[in-house]
Amino acid sequence: MSAVWSISKKELVSYFTSPIAYIVIAIFILLSGFFFYSLVWWFNTQAMQMAQNPYYFQQVNINQMVFAPLFHNLSIILLLMLPVVSMRLFSEEKKMGTEELLFTSPVSVIQIILGKYLAALVVLLAMLVLSAIPTIFTFIHGNPEPVPYLLGYLGLFLLGAAFLALGLFWSALTENQIVSAVLTFGTLLLFWVLSWAAYSARGLWQDVLNYLSFFEHFDGMTKGILDTSDLVYYLSFAFFGLFLTHSVIQFRRWR
Amino acid sequence: MIETEQLTKKYGDLVAIQNLSFKVEEGRIWGLLGPNAAGKTTTMRILTGYLPATSGRASVAGFDVFEQAEAVKQSIGYLPETVPLYPEMTVESYLGFVAEIKKVPAARKKAAVDRAVQIAGLQSVRKRLIRNISRGYKQRTGIAQALIHNPRVVILDEPTIGLDPAQIKEIRDLIKSLKGEHTVMLSTHILAEVKEVCDGVVIINEGKLMASGSLEELARSFSQNDGVYLKLDRADGEVLNLFRQLPGLKEAALDGSEIRLEWPWGQDLRTQVLKLCLDRKLEIKEMRSLAMNIEELYLRIVSGGMEQ
Repeated sequence: MSAVWSISKKELVSYFTSPIAYIVIAIFILLSGFFFYSLVWWFNTQAMQMAQNPYYFQQVNINQMVFAPLFHNLSIILLLMLPVVSMRLFSEEKKMGTEELLFTSPVSVIQIILGKYLAALVVLLAMLVLSAIPTIFTFIHGNPEPVPYLLGYLGLFLLGAAFLALGLFWSALTENQIVSAVLTFGTLLLFWVLSWAAYSARGLWQDVLNYLSFFEHFDGMTKGILDTSDLVYYLSFAFFGLFLTHSVIQFRRWR
Repeated sequence: MIETEQLTKKYGDLVAIQNLSFKVEEGRIWGLLGPNAAGKTTTMRILTGYLPATSGRASVAGFDVFEQAEAVKQSIGYLPETVPLYPEMTVESYLGFVAEIKKVPAARKKAAVDRAVQIAGLQSVRKRLIRNISRGYKQRTGIAQALIHNPRVVILDEPTIGLDPAQIKEIRDLIKSLKGEHTVMLSTHILAEVKEVCDGVVIINEGKLMASGSLEELARSFSQNDGVYLKLDRADGEVLNLFRQLPGLKEAALDGSEIRLEWPWGQDLRTQVLKLCLDRKLEIKEMRSLAMNIEELYLRIVSGGMEQ
């Protein structure tokens, strides 16, 4: 465990001594702040109009009108930005030759992978926590339901964790960071598009495509529904990504 | 301390090393010598557990490289050909990180870093970012990294490549100071380095073992006699006859303007030769050993394809 933490610490030093982490976090905060502001502004005008009709006024719900769309927007921004976080994890080691140091030290490949993954998760957590600060004010000036709000952030974290596991896999395959980022981004887009294909598919295909799509599993959480199958989906996706990373590293050395 | 047996590595169809068997004894400094692409780096990568071998066995510090990989990795300090440095870290934090992944106990980490800094002479740069230090200091940091957990075996892949002559000398002195306490294997294609630093060599070419042993053993195996070349103010039959009277001398012959004197291994007639020259008032311009120097030895072994 201490070996995992040593690797994580080293990765975090790299993230925060290079501009990458700062830029990713800053842009994420900026965009989420913008979306949050415009959604709240839209919610205000809607609420004013609805207030004139007692029936509609009961329908006014800040969770449904502000947070659910905010979480959906943030999930797309994560899809665009997390490949940049994961791209350097193994690619850089390979390019700098430091891979040889890691793999000839008495630390297992699994520990190395977990250490790197943990560091990327810390960056993800920093992105989400810092971007959540403005949304806390809705609890001061209003009364949103906390459960869907918290589940939404949990969903974003799980989604991001799955993205990062996939990114880790691609970075283990190439020594070029750009290639690693583009491949991650491409694969993520493919999974996103699967949910569109599901609309036109029928029967079993529709179920399969829906199951594979990232965002189908995210929907429920933003509505405050925690389904274990969604949790299982994200966790197994992340596990599968890490497993593939391990296989790739072992294969490259043993061929 | 380091032993290989029929070690073979193939990359697909390309044979990198083939049936390599050699042995390095404890506390010695051994050179792994060969032209470029001879398989030096591959051999070292197998010994350090970075690459698995296709077949054969290897053991380091008594542990099998394949079956007890973790124990082997724990007892080896390794400097790869490209020094594995993180430019964004300081020398000190980098060495601290390596100490952690080499499983140096937390309580002894600071002492281990201090010791490595001391040995490698990094005191003046220990707080600086690695990206900002000179090539020579980077190389030293690489060596410090290999020594951080006080390993029994140190493997250095071309430790002096790309350094200026003063830095090369410093690194060589550093390596020589490891002798006794550590077993060192270093790869190089600089022959002067072998002569200066190493006790023995393993010479490989195109993945095959050409020769291995201490420098003296190798020299003996390639010539029957020890002896000297002598350059005097005169060289003629009369002088030769004088030398032929020396007891124990096997041969005295004229070789261009030099006189070649040979005697069997184990004897040393140098003193007698000198005495004779002084008695006869022969002026000595130059005297050098007949034993093949490492350059000749290497060229003969590598180009002549003389397998042992």
